[in-house]
Amino acid sequence: METILKVKDLSKTYTSAGHTLHVLKDINFSVTEGSTLAIVGPSGSGKTTLLGLCAGLDRSSAGSVELNNIRIDQLNEDQRARVRNQYVGFIFQNFQLIPTLTALENVMVPLELRGERNIQERSLALLDKVGLIDRANHYPSQLSGGEQQRVALARAFSISPKILFADEPTGNLDAETSGKVMKLIFDLNKESGTTLILVTHDMELASKTQRIIRIRGGEISSDETIEN
Amino acid sequence: MRKQDQETNMQEDKSIGLSWLFTMAWRDSRRSRSRLFLFVSSIMLGIAALVAIYSFGDNLRQDIDQQAATLIGADLVVSTNKPVTPDVRKLMDSIGRGAQRSQQRSFASMILFTASGSSRLVQVRALEGEFPYYGKIETSPAAAERYFRKQRAALVDKTLMLQFNAQIGDSIKVGEVTFSIAGILNKAPGQTGISSSVAPVVYIPMQYLDQTKLMQKGSRISSFFFYKFKKYQDAEKLSKKIEPRLEYYDLDQDTIESQKRDTGKSFSDLTNFLSLVGFIALLLGCTGVASAIHIYIREKIATIAILRCLGASGYQAFFIYLIQITSIGFLGSIAGAMLGTLIQHILPVVLKDLLPVAISVSISWKAIFQGIALGTIISILFALLPLISIRNISPLNTLRISLGDTRLFRDPVKYFVYLLIVLFIAVFSYMQLGAWKQALYFTSGVLTAFLILSAVSWGLIYLVRRFFPTSWSYLWRQGLANLFRPNNQTLILIVSIGLGTTFISTLLLVQNVLLDRVTLSASGNQPNMVLFDIQSNQKDEVAELTRSQGFPVLQEVPIVTMRVDEVNGYTAAEVKKDTTLEVSKRAFSSELRVTFRDSLTDSETVTEGKWYGSVKNGRIYVSLEEGYAQRIKVAVGDEIIFNVQGAHISTTVGSLRRVDWNRIQTNFRVLFPVGVLEDAPQFHVLLTRAPSTQASARFQQILVSRFPNISIIDLDLVLSVLDEILTKIGFVIRFMAAFSIITGLIVLIASVLISKYQRIRESVLLRTLGASRKQILFITVLEYFFLGALAAFTGIVISIAASWALAHFVFETQFIFRPLPVIVLFFIVPALTVFIGILNSRGILNKPPLEVLRSEI
Repeated sequence: METILKVKDLSKTYTSAGHTLHVLKDINFSVTEGSTLAIVGPSGSGKTTLLGLCAGLDRSSAGSVELNNIRIDQLNEDQRARVRNQYVGFIFQNFQLIPTLTALENVMVPLELRGERNIQERSLALLDKVGLIDRANHYPSQLSGGEQQRVALARAFSISPKILFADEPTGNLDAETSGKVMKLIFDLNKESGTTLILVTHDMELASKTQRIIRIRGGEISSDETIEN
Repeated sequence: MRKQDQETNMQEDKSIGLSWLFTMAWRDSRRSRSRLFLFVSSIMLGIAALVAIYSFGDNLRQDIDQQAATLIGADLVVSTNKPVTPDVRKLMDSIGRGAQRSQQRSFASMILFTASGSSRLVQVRALEGEFPYYGKIETSPAAAERYFRKQRAALVDKTLMLQFNAQIGDSIKVGEVTFSIAGILNKAPGQTGISSSVAPVVYIPMQYLDQTKLMQKGSRISSFFFYKFKKYQDAEKLSKKIEPRLEYYDLDQDTIESQKRDTGKSFSDLTNFLSLVGFIALLLGCTGVASAIHIYIREKIATIAILRCLGASGYQAFFIYLIQITSIGFLGSIAGAMLGTLIQHILPVVLKDLLPVAISVSISWKAIFQGIALGTIISILFALLPLISIRNISPLNTLRISLGDTRLFRDPVKYFVYLLIVLFIAVFSYMQLGAWKQALYFTSGVLTAFLILSAVSWGLIYLVRRFFPTSWSYLWRQGLANLFRPNNQTLILIVSIGLGTTFISTLLLVQNVLLDRVTLSASGNQPNMVLFDIQSNQKDEVAELTRSQGFPVLQEVPIVTMRVDEVNGYTAAEVKKDTTLEVSKRAFSSELRVTFRDSLTDSETVTEGKWYGSVKNGRIYVSLEEGYAQRIKVAVGDEIIFNVQGAHISTTVGSLRRVDWNRIQTNFRVLFPVGVLEDAPQFHVLLTRAPSTQASARFQQILVSRFPNISIIDLDLVLSVLDEILTKIGFVIRFMAAFSIITGLIVLIASVLISKYQRIRESVLLRTLGASRKQILFITVLEYFFLGALAAFTGIVISIAASWALAHFVFETQFIFRPLPVIVLFFIVPALTVFIGILNSRGILNKPPLEVLRSEI
């Protein structure tokens, strides 16, 4: 299996009011293509920051991040945006749908950004897959939390990403909806062969992945492979 | 790295098109269009004002072109304010063989309404011939303008007829002759409402002029010769041909073409000034746009971050919102241009007293295009300030607000945008004013006001935060805290309300300064009546009559008219030929009214040289007013030869004087010592003070009936005329200022509305937690009162400084602060701010919290 994500000596510090805050220190790990990984840790441990750096949403203070063999830590913001648009899908805790776009339009945006044509059919098919074909023309504010997250899923998979980053994807959902959404994530992931990197507090959810990395105080405290 | 380059560049070829940016702009604006339009409506009135003025200006130019002939009334007009010598008469007769000719003598004189016994100083025009050849003298009845010429009849200005309640058929006495009023003069060629207020006109037939006995020595009479040429005669060519001869005799000339140029120039100055006033409204609106877009973009941070997360570049995100703002700015400008096209119908009514021609109203596409282009450019320019920040919005905002977002609104490119805005204001004001110096003054003035108001709001934020009254009740603390909490509107409201207040308050104060200037002059024991054109043989009798009425003779001054013949040995002709000479041509151009004394008055101070009250060692030392000496480029020690009605008098400039022209007394540019002019032909001026209007009217009546040639300036009348003129001009300025005021209100409403969106969640939260309607109301009132009051106070302080500067440097008069109008303004502005604040918050106050959240969020 080829390595899709390689993180080497990764650090992130913030300087605020003369104080330096080390959020991440010397993080090292690799992820193989098509695998699933959970990053877990208490609040403030730096797991979301790690996800942001791995996905190219932020710049590291030191170390390197190689995504699909591309050193994204050396790219500028617009080049990283292109990499994200090509290879990366996102799921957020608070769904992050564009409130002024309909469900269908939200799904279409990443494809439109790629300059692809005839995308409406594909986007509708994705909405159908997540069970929201009849809600295609609804705005996010007209959808429930679970429905919004399913639209976000359809959007994330619309570009057939090589890697999917999910930040507490069930954090804002009730137990029943969480279960449905997670099933969808894993099903779609399996179907498309996408690599999944999940940030969560939920150990039950984390245990469904193949590997768990624990973060504490900005450092990896454990890295274990799960036998499912 | 090679693979990396390939991968990252892979998508360049498939770069997304402009159409997607437009689609996204359209989609994203769905829920904000009404708000965006409200923001842009701030510039709508500014654009409307400018389009109205530009359209008006265009129409005015066309109308002047079409009506120039009626302004001047003839193909050629030759005029002079010197006596018409036989040589001049011969020259006049030789111009334009076969042409129709008319003549007019024009001078100031008292007339007496015999029925009421009232008198007033007017401009008498004695007319001979068929003038005007183009247009007509508008009278009621219309035929009066023809038949008054053939009999002992007069046309009397309508304002005079109204003032003295005179009727057609009544009599007026002009000098020694009594005329019956043949008709009411509604409009003479080229006359405006203002000019008829200053000097109401009375037409009499020329054949009775001599009998009036008003053609005395020293009387200032202007003579006009009107020509209407045959079709084959070219007035312009002829005018050029005779120019040297006319110049030789110091005669002026006007043709229809020169009239077009001169009138067009003076009215383009007027429209440029009005455009500048409109531009202030536009600038005010732009501050509203900038702040509204600033807050709009803040609200869009999450959306922009999502787009960036999904792969949109910073510039793509920037262009999505640039397209939105450009489109809405464009639409707002179109709406403004449409409104302006409608408003231009009102402008001719507003400006009618200032205009010499009838104005037609037609759509000016040029003005509409200018307005739309200006509105679009300026809305983009001001929106750029917040828009450029979009490039820096990090996709990390999707996870949480990044710690690095402090750069969001501190982009260095912003300084470049500020520079562009300043340059735009400077260039635009230069285009209106036509002079860089004035344009820079205007730009600096606007910038200074902006900076002061910004500094005040920052100061307020700092002070409230620094000295926050923690012990005060919750409601007070909440109201005060709103001034500095995140998303506060302190800066924008103080700047926009403050600028509006500055503008309105300056208008009020300057108008008062101008009126005070005259009122002050007429107060106390200052003279309030000037009698002039008194002949030497009438001098003693007039003085005695004045005293017999119980009036004091405050000053009695002899006046000798003369011209300058030579300066330092150079004549006017030599100076004209040799432009390198250090003598001004202006020295020879005007007739001087000079007096002689042995001492200076208390309004005069010698600033250079020495004053000699008598002839010293055979030399005559004259004293010149310093401004006049500067204008004609003469210094102490220079030699001047004066021509006193044929007699040449050699003099030396002995001293320069500073003269207080604001005092009501006779002041002179040139002052002779005693012992030189005593025997020269002269007339006299007498200054007195009438204790009441009735006494003044009685005295004028007696004086005019006994000495018809003597003219009287009644300062009470001057004051009322000035008041009337200022009211008319003030109306125009107030009309234009209304655009700024209404724009200020729209900015205020927009700003308060923005704050409504900003504050709605917390207000609803407060309501949910049990805050009463009264408590929320109190917090709202408090916040808006602080903002309104401080903005009004700062605006008024700036306006006082601006009015002082205008009074001191432009009007050169004393600035006396009259507090009442600004105190009224100080109460109105915060009241209005609070009122709009409450009006916008009524939804939160009156509805259940959940309903508000559902409908507003």
